[in-house]
Amino acid sequence: MRTTRRAFLQTSVAAAAASAFLPVAMAAAARPATRAIPSSGEAMPMVGLGSWITFNVGDDPKLRDECAAVMGAFFDSGGRMIDSSPMYGSAQPVIGYGLQKLGQPKALFSAEKVWTSGDGATQIEATRAYWGVPRFDLLQVHNLVDWEVKLPLLFEMKAAGKLRYVGITTSEGRRHDLFEAIMRDHPLDFVQLTYNAVDREVEERLLPLATERKIAVIVNRPFKQGALTRRLANAPLPDWAGEIGAMSWAQILLKFILAHPAVTVAIPATSRVDHVRENLAAAAGPLPDQALRERISATVREI
Amino acid sequence: MEWWTYSAEDFLLFSPRSYWRMFELQNEEFWPLPVVTLALGGIVTFLAMRGGANAIRGAAVILALVWAFVATAFLWHRYAEIHWAIAYVVPVFVLEALLLLMILFRSEVTRRPGGIAAWIGALLLAFATVGVPLLHGRERASSEIFGIAPDPTVIATLGFLLVLRGRWLWLLYPIPVLWCLQSAITLHAMGEAQAWLPFAAVAAAAAAGIAAAIRRPAPPPA
Repeated sequence: MRTTRRAFLQTSVAAAAASAFLPVAMAAAARPATRAIPSSGEAMPMVGLGSWITFNVGDDPKLRDECAAVMGAFFDSGGRMIDSSPMYGSAQPVIGYGLQKLGQPKALFSAEKVWTSGDGATQIEATRAYWGVPRFDLLQVHNLVDWEVKLPLLFEMKAAGKLRYVGITTSEGRRHDLFEAIMRDHPLDFVQLTYNAVDREVEERLLPLATERKIAVIVNRPFKQGALTRRLANAPLPDWAGEIGAMSWAQILLKFILAHPAVTVAIPATSRVDHVRENLAAAAGPLPDQALRERISATVREI
Repeated sequence: MEWWTYSAEDFLLFSPRSYWRMFELQNEEFWPLPVVTLALGGIVTFLAMRGGANAIRGAAVILALVWAFVATAFLWHRYAEIHWAIAYVVPVFVLEALLLLMILFRSEVTRRPGGIAAWIGALLLAFATVGVPLLHGRERASSEIFGIAPDPTVIATLGFLLVLRGRWLWLLYPIPVLWCLQSAITLHAMGEAQAWLPFAAVAAAAAAGIAAAIRRPAPPPA
């Protein structure tokens, strides 16, 4: 077949266009890397899905469908852990709606919390009904509220086979002394805490202790509740972003967190399908070494 | 609890898109009621300007009805879905509705003969009913309308109260002022420019109160 100049040009343009989009396509198709939950060895994709603020949309049918689409993209991209709390308004029934719409995805790792000084068992049962799951994979004592009562309750549930993992949470650096004491004295499977390129206090004691005690670490507020991504929105990506396969500031921020060996999973929240794919893709490529992590932190602080 | 480590953003449970969608859904669900409540806002403004015991009582009935309606239809059925603390505000709105009826029907209340407070009140009242729905640059469908959404309802009530004078009127101010402050803090935490509106309403009410106190003649010497 004779190749005409016009056909050659069309083919070349198509090839060029395809190669230009190749990194994006590859990143989207690649599956997120996993880390083992220390207490069981179960593999966990390193990026999960938070629901704080973004999934609190009430009965709004349009926004509920948008949340379900985010969950669908999350599972399609290889995600597993979805995290919520009774504190997050309507996020729990919205997650239940999404799970039902998606046909109860088998990959789901359900992470919930108990957050009450009242009857914990009643609240957990209400939460379970919202999700529409037979049992939770992980229950955490939210912000250590009534932990002296709620932690034994969760351990009892685990012993009875009604729960797979037990954890505690904190956020924004609060009550770290008590948090550390509980990590030392109780056989926790998970801890959840705030860690990002500018909030690094947990590197000193809590993250090393989690490694020592073989406790999985969930990182909340990886973008400082969106403040970091908003601040960096107009800043050009640094040249070294390519070294770690990062195509956005969000991916740089996530890679900073995931590169810490004590971290098991980060749980950014989003209401956008493209962002959830981008977040999961951050766990698919190379991660920064210690020198580059320091550079990321310094750069983000400067901007 | 390390309360000093918390900021307004830490208590924000929802995003701006969920917040503004509430008004869109409410206008849709109750359409064409927003047109009726908008007209009621106009009637309250007219009655406030007219003065007289019957006009004030008529306006009080309309205001009490819309406070009770906003409490149940918006706060309880809509806002409390995304903000658990709003459930506790519902009885406070109902209390304000009852206080409006009790005080404006039973105590000696008259229209101010003029002065800065009366003018500020009239401007607030007119702005809350006519101006607020046109205010923000969002889709018109998510407009906040007097009698449907809390902010214009509350600001209009503040304006109405400023037009009046009477012995027990001060009891009607705390609930609207506290609502405006929480609304302003919520909007500010969301990064919404419209936070200025409820702040300005409280500031205007405070300025009007000071102006009225200065204008009040000193009691005659004994």
